Amino acid sequence: MSEPIVQYKDVHKSFGDVKVLKGIDLDIHPAEKVAVIGPSGSGKTTIIRMLMTLEEPTSGDIIVDGTNLWKMEKNGAMVDANEKHLRQVRGDIGMVFQHFNLFPHMTILENCMTAPINVKGEDKKEVEQRSMEMLERVGLGDKFDNYPSQLSGGQKQRVAMARALVMRPKVMLFDEVTSALDPELVGEVLEVIRDIAKNDDMAMVLVTHEMDFALDIADKVLFLDEGVIAEQGSAADVIEHSENPRLREFLSRFRN
Amino acid sequence: MNYWSWERFSDALPYVLSGLGTTVMVTLSSFLFALLFGLVWTFLRRIPNRGFNWTITWIMEFIRSTPPLVQLFFIYYAWPVIPVVGMTLSPFASAVIGLGVHFSTYIGEIYRSGIESVGQGQWEAAKALNFSLIDKWRRIILPQAFPPTVPMLGNYFIIMFKEVPLASTIGVTGILHMANSFGSQHFNLIEALTIVGIIFLALSYPSAYLIKKLELKLNNRY
Repeated sequence: MSEPIVQYKDVHKSFGDVKVLKGIDLDIHPAEKVAVIGPSGSGKTTIIRMLMTLEEPTSGDIIVDGTNLWKMEKNGAMVDANEKHLRQVRGDIGMVFQHFNLFPHMTILENCMTAPINVKGEDKKEVEQRSMEMLERVGLGDKFDNYPSQLSGGQKQRVAMARALVMRPKVMLFDEVTSALDPELVGEVLEVIRDIAKNDDMAMVLVTHEMDFALDIADKVLFLDEGVIAEQGSAADVIEHSENPRLREFLSRFRN
Repeated sequence: MNYWSWERFSDALPYVLSGLGTTVMVTLSSFLFALLFGLVWTFLRRIPNRGFNWTITWIMEFIRSTPPLVQLFFIYYAWPVIPVVGMTLSPFASAVIGLGVHFSTYIGEIYRSGIESVGQGQWEAAKALNFSLIDKWRRIILPQAFPPTVPMLGNYFIIMFKEVPLASTIGVTGILHMANSFGSQHFNLIEALTIVGIIFLALSYPSAYLIKKLELKLNNRY
């Protein structure tokens, strides 16, 4: 099997006195689709937020494509990463948020174009064409000139995915992307994720409560419970064959 | 019944108006100074050091809680006699620095409220898209932080405009100074001071209206 694109090595995270993650070891391989499930407060979101550099681990290492994310070498010693180092490594990661976080002062086309142009210095014409293709792909090509405030929640989330895709990340993180949506809008967003999962070769990590969907598209399922990965394996392994009583109880809440 | 004379009114009018240029210049210069110095406060307060932050907060509080008139007197009369750092400043410069620094403390707070009005999600999205520090501020944070501050800045502009006559006490020859001087020559202040009042109304009211217009325009951008 290929080298992992992301590795977590004994990663711990505390917020004040509260230990949220208590030793996470995890490999994510290129193009692998990973679903993270588990009860609220189990630390699912924290796992991906640390990879996006939105939270700093309390201890442990996260390796992205062979480079330590949160530490760097200086005069032969490993020290805390500075912003320059974080920027270099972070470029491989993209994220879609629960609350979309589109830029309200830009049209949806501008939302897609700003980072490739201003962060990566790409050619404007090329970026515009690619952004329009992405917007077409998520079914919003005709809305390119609208502002986010003119869109529904589901449409906003599809724009957010287009915006992240235009950056061509190697790893794309989805943080409960349907949790803030009205139930009738969830389907359209899941369809886009399914399309990305099927056709794109980047790795994906989905933190989600959409159990059936996650199990359907994931190569690997992690069950997170009380700050540790309590169970991991293929969807079939985790769902059908696990003897873990906490997992059985958790799943039963989605199956009635 | 000769407390009011239209003749004296028409004599006073050009005399008082001759100070208008100075009043407007002091207002604009002080406000520009306050806008820029407000940035300094905002920046200093964002430095993540508790003791430093506390010190800056109290310096701002001190400046805000002291009357601007006292500050003007201090800058104009007391500053020059302080050894080493002291220097003599013209009335105009003293007024601009005094009013500018005083109002910069309010304006720094306005900037801060504008920055805080930008949601956490915007900062996180900027990070997730890997913006540099400068581009994050220039393209994401400030374009959202600035518009909501415009009405507040406008209000302070008008408040400050109305404080500019304080500068007449240190000899800035604005409209109040001219009115006083006219009054002492003619032993009657009523016409000249009335003119000062009218000028302030004539300038404040349209300014407030324009600010309101601007606010509406900014609110309906997207």
